[in-house]
Amino acid sequence: MTQAVLSHKRPRGRRASATPGQIGLALAIAAFFVVFLAAPVATVVYVAFTEKGTGAFTLINFVDFARTDLFIRSFWNSIYASTMTVVVASMIALPLAYITTRFDFRGSVLIQTLAFLPLIMPPFVGAVAMLLLFGRNGSINLLLDDYFDFKIPFMEGLNGVIFVQSIHYFPFILVNLSTAMRNIDRSMEEAAQNLGSSGFRLFRRIVLPLAMPGYVAGASLVFVKVMDDLATPLLLGVKDMLAPQAYLRVTSVGITDPMGYVISVVLVLIAVLCMWLWARAVAGKDYNTEQRGGGGLAKRSMKPHEKWIAYGVVLLILLLVLAPHISLLLLSFATVWSFSPLPDAYTTAHYTRVFSESFDYIKNTLIYSSLAGLIDIIIGGAIAYLVLRTKLIGRTWLDWAASAALAIPGVVLGIGFLRAFYDVQLPGGRPLATMWIMIVLALAVRRLAYALRACYASLQQISVSLEEAAESLGATKLRSARKILLPLMVGGILAGFITSFATAAVELSATLMLVQSSDDAPLVYGLYVFMQSAAGRGPGAALGVIAVLLVAACTYLSHLVIERTQSAKGAIQ
Amino acid sequence: MMQTMDLARTRAAVDVDIRNVDLSYGVNHVLKDVSLRIKPGEFFAFLGPSGCGKTTLLRLIAGFNRADRGDVLVGGEDVSNLPPWKRDVGMVFQSYALWPHMSVAQNVAFGLEERKVPKAEVVRRVQAALDLVGLGHLADRKPSQLSGGQQQRVAVARTIVVEPKVLLLDEPLSNLDAKMRIQVRRELRDLQQRLNLTTIFVTHDQEEANAICDRIAIMNDGVIQQIGTPVELYEKPANLFVANFLGAANVIAGKIEGRSFVMGEGLQVALPEESHPPTNARLVIRPHFLKVDHAPPAGSLPAVVSHIEFLGANVRYGLTMGDVSLSVDAPFQSSTALYKPGEQVFVTMPLDKGAWLAV
Repeated sequence: MTQAVLSHKRPRGRRASATPGQIGLALAIAAFFVVFLAAPVATVVYVAFTEKGTGAFTLINFVDFARTDLFIRSFWNSIYASTMTVVVASMIALPLAYITTRFDFRGSVLIQTLAFLPLIMPPFVGAVAMLLLFGRNGSINLLLDDYFDFKIPFMEGLNGVIFVQSIHYFPFILVNLSTAMRNIDRSMEEAAQNLGSSGFRLFRRIVLPLAMPGYVAGASLVFVKVMDDLATPLLLGVKDMLAPQAYLRVTSVGITDPMGYVISVVLVLIAVLCMWLWARAVAGKDYNTEQRGGGGLAKRSMKPHEKWIAYGVVLLILLLVLAPHISLLLLSFATVWSFSPLPDAYTTAHYTRVFSESFDYIKNTLIYSSLAGLIDIIIGGAIAYLVLRTKLIGRTWLDWAASAALAIPGVVLGIGFLRAFYDVQLPGGRPLATMWIMIVLALAVRRLAYALRACYASLQQISVSLEEAAESLGATKLRSARKILLPLMVGGILAGFITSFATAAVELSATLMLVQSSDDAPLVYGLYVFMQSAAGRGPGAALGVIAVLLVAACTYLSHLVIERTQSAKGAIQ
Repeated sequence: MMQTMDLARTRAAVDVDIRNVDLSYGVNHVLKDVSLRIKPGEFFAFLGPSGCGKTTLLRLIAGFNRADRGDVLVGGEDVSNLPPWKRDVGMVFQSYALWPHMSVAQNVAFGLEERKVPKAEVVRRVQAALDLVGLGHLADRKPSQLSGGQQQRVAVARTIVVEPKVLLLDEPLSNLDAKMRIQVRRELRDLQQRLNLTTIFVTHDQEEANAICDRIAIMNDGVIQQIGTPVELYEKPANLFVANFLGAANVIAGKIEGRSFVMGEGLQVALPEESHPPTNARLVIRPHFLKVDHAPPAGSLPAVVSHIEFLGANVRYGLTMGDVSLSVDAPFQSSTALYKPGEQVFVTMPLDKGAWLAV
């Protein structure tokens, strides 16, 4: 065994300098990142720090930002909304995580499925529909008013943003937290019991601290997501938050106005700060204590009354989580729905209208998302190969760049694209930034990390010895990659494509900046435009339902693909 | 490594009594009518192959498993229905189960804090316990900064600091390398003796159990096969499983005719005067009790060398006598003194060194 390892060391050491093909591939990917990630972001930073017109370095734009009440209010509103969303989402996620990891509970599967919901439907899709259920004159408040004579301001101002974001994004906390709790070895808890600890004390002293890194990971993700979202506040009529302000400045005042860029820099700083806090919180805290004979926290069966409470909690949360979906569905079939708990009558006219008049939206979404997904798996697969299978110097930088793209808020990337490529003229005088292909590239950059993770995972499962066997039988690096690796990775690559495709299909932050004409617009843009007017709500909801169905089908498909390739691989091993 | 001995044990050692315990997981019958009594202050081992039920039995004493039937008594008190946190039975886990978010001192202090011991006393006793295992200087480290052997000692300190009635050790040496294992097992034995603490040790390694335990219960398939001191078990195994599990053994089936043991195709060895085996008997005899010679001594049997294994201090010969196969261990002398495969030799079988099992 040792000998085999040693004898393979030498040829690989010699390849440390890498083949010309690998170097070329790495350089091509690096160029992609420079042009479509670094350049747009650098442009944003550059504009924010230079004087309009002259290009001289200045901090005056930031001073202006600090002196403008609207921006300062927006800043604190964004911080407040993000923080409160984390708090409310935690209040929903904590009991669910506790119930699923500690008890033998049949509802657990149901709760696990919730994890897919934010991927299927981003918050802005259901935001307007939620007004009809929870708004001042929505179904719930009408009923409350009728029977109890009071209303709850679920959707007033920032409340609405927090409410809608919380019920969409709590699964990020739920998944991270319950994974962390499941990774705690049973003996951690038993050792405490053995020393006389039990009940809530044990939970507080042992379980909770051990699950903390997972919680922080989920919470910081939610915080950044809310910061980044511009469509939800805008659709709910909230303009004084950072992301909406950045969008409004650039689209209404113009792309030469520096304030949009200043806000972008602030958004990037906040995102980076969150990532840094998260990295600090988990640094040196690999609490994954799962060992042999472990298998997560001891589960116990519930007493009857506990079971009733648990089912009650789960049902309540489930209703809340499904509320946007239900209201969107109702809205898409409603003739008129106003000042009444339920629509007055039902019709399929909205769907007919969407399919006859707005089919371009759907077609564009399919084209853009497929292309973005394709770009992502090609680049993602190449990066995974370079990082895991070569000794190329600087290969981890590519991985780092792909992850950094996640930290750049969509609105910032959109503004950066717009500005960086506006001056690049096509033959005929049309700016490159107005071409639909820019939407595709922005989506590809935004979703690259998802495809990369999938490619990593599938490549990691393939033993190096399989390629070495091919090479020892005479195959070159390229041929063994094509004939051995690629066929074995197909499942993972496909799953990566579907994830990138599905999430790109409902991405709006960057897209909103880059859509120049409604002929080139994707589905989510159409939805956004429709939802602006009362008359457009029906067709908008119909588009939303179509988007949700599309993404749900894709998510299910990718789930199937992953399971099937895993069982197929299990068969050979 | 144990400099101070500040942990004053105020309690007398207690016994552990397990009475007719049965335990099943679904159709899997893990413990079958297990009864045994461990004496106060004894270092006792549950020994057996993996899946024999030894760890289940240990966890039953700690309270992490519930028996379907039967009782567990600690110091005469029936603890069968007590939860783990009320049993006062200390356990050292195979994985050590040190909490990664707490320092060494915080880990050790945990049990005392749960018992609402005053702060000053906690500090004093934690230091004493850490000094006892030779880690007083590492109190502020995190468990991840310690070596495997140090982690193991912290786990022991964390358990004994609360002065439990009984100490349970679940394969405490399995995560250590071979050299550490020998050192740590001596330390454990030493500690147990100083504290006069009833200790139960689960292992699948017979050498470990033999080296440090007063008595051993050998388990297989949920049943206790035999209980005794290491020497008793080795010398007088009660059944085939025990004979084969503890070291190498030749097991030869045969018949008693007159005062002779007849095996295979009529090979005869005279019985010593004091032995009275059953008519249909199996002889269990260790390889190193057999002797090989070139010339035939009185009472020896002719055999042919079939293979040789060089084991270092010993050489193990595989011999055939007609249809009977034997293993014989001879001390290694020199390369020229080795027998070769195919060579004709003579074997002497001292039956007084063997044990008899009924067929």
